[in-house]
Amino acid sequence: MFIIVVGGGKVGYYLTRELIEAGHEVVLLEKTRARAITISDEIGSVVLARDGSEGSALAEAGANRADVVAAVTGDDEDNLVICQMAKHHFAVKRTIARVNNPKNELLFRHLGVDEIISPTRMILGSIEQDIPVHELLHLADLGGGDLELIEALLAEGSPAIGKASADLPMPEGCTLFAYIRADRAQPVRAETVFREGDKVIVIGPRDCEDALHGTLIGTEVEAGAV
Amino acid sequence: MRAVIVGCGRVGAALADALDRAGHRVLILDTSTAAFDRLPASFRGEAVRGDGTDEDTLRRAGATGADLFVALTEGDNRNVMASQIARESLGVASVLSKVNDPMRALAYAEMGIATINRTTLMADAILEFAGLPGSGRPAVHAGRGHDHPIDVPFAPAPVAATPAGSLAVSGPKTGER
Repeated sequence: MFIIVVGGGKVGYYLTRELIEAGHEVVLLEKTRARAITISDEIGSVVLARDGSEGSALAEAGANRADVVAAVTGDDEDNLVICQMAKHHFAVKRTIARVNNPKNELLFRHLGVDEIISPTRMILGSIEQDIPVHELLHLADLGGGDLELIEALLAEGSPAIGKASADLPMPEGCTLFAYIRADRAQPVRAETVFREGDKVIVIGPRDCEDALHGTLIGTEVEAGAV
Repeated sequence: MRAVIVGCGRVGAALADALDRAGHRVLILDTSTAAFDRLPASFRGEAVRGDGTDEDTLRRAGATGADLFVALTEGDNRNVMASQIARESLGVASVLSKVNDPMRALAYAEMGIATINRTTLMADAILEFAGLPGSGRPAVHAGRGHDHPIDVPFAPAPVAATPAGSLAVSGPKTGER
């Protein structure tokens, strides 16, 4: 694949190195000349000292034949413009933006960015994962944000315990497809009977959480609970 | 009318003052309070310290549903991002963005964001002063045509504490580019 990476900070630097190691063709755009020179001294002549939000810089990097443009600068506004220019001007199939303010995720998606990576959101998710709350845990967005991947711990009081998967009243559009027992992931079959302590993985539409809560967790959703 | 200006530089401050004198309600934002020193003592509008590319900040400052939104910071990218938030999320119909890179200005005009370009504006003024014909390039691009660069359905986040309908997109949507 031919990938254009914009932004030569830590993320862009390691991303470029990994992509090259994996055998991809990569061009890195870094607007600060001194930083661009440092990087090209280390990983070779794949660096252009240009501002990736300028159309002419993307053109020089070969955006018209790029498979992916990944905008990973530290500034959300730059990442948005880079992706929009890549889409609008060069019809790049896949644009990826790093988003620092999680509030911008929806806006970026709406404005045409194909994939949004939010380090803030990931760390937040990781922290939430460490807290043993008997709630549904959002793992990832799928299908352009319309679907989500959810994990639920079947703790004491869960109405799913002792029931076979086929007998669970799953909300419309939700599929329970895997469960984790004793650190082993296994596919859910119709005859699978759930036990306390199982973690189940569900894929479903964004608005299914309340109904899912009733099926897997059992207690009423408290006001304000996510 | 209710006007929102992002960026209290020389142009932002002068525009805020002019609109205020003409009797309009003005809200001006800048990330630095020192920038508000450029406003005259007579200014009756609101000056709020905050990032104009942050949707929450704009909402809290009261930018929702303004009649005019002008983004005049030093950064082209910041300006087009602020403008797109204003148009898509805050329901502002009339949005103008300062974009000094002529290529980016044209690109965003094609995506429906009106842009004003200082580079062309000044070059033409100087050419005119010297009695020469202008560059022939427009300094102001009206945002034209369709709403979006790409047609994507926009569903408000179920968890976001945004008022219903505030993220609704007005105008026709087309998939053309």
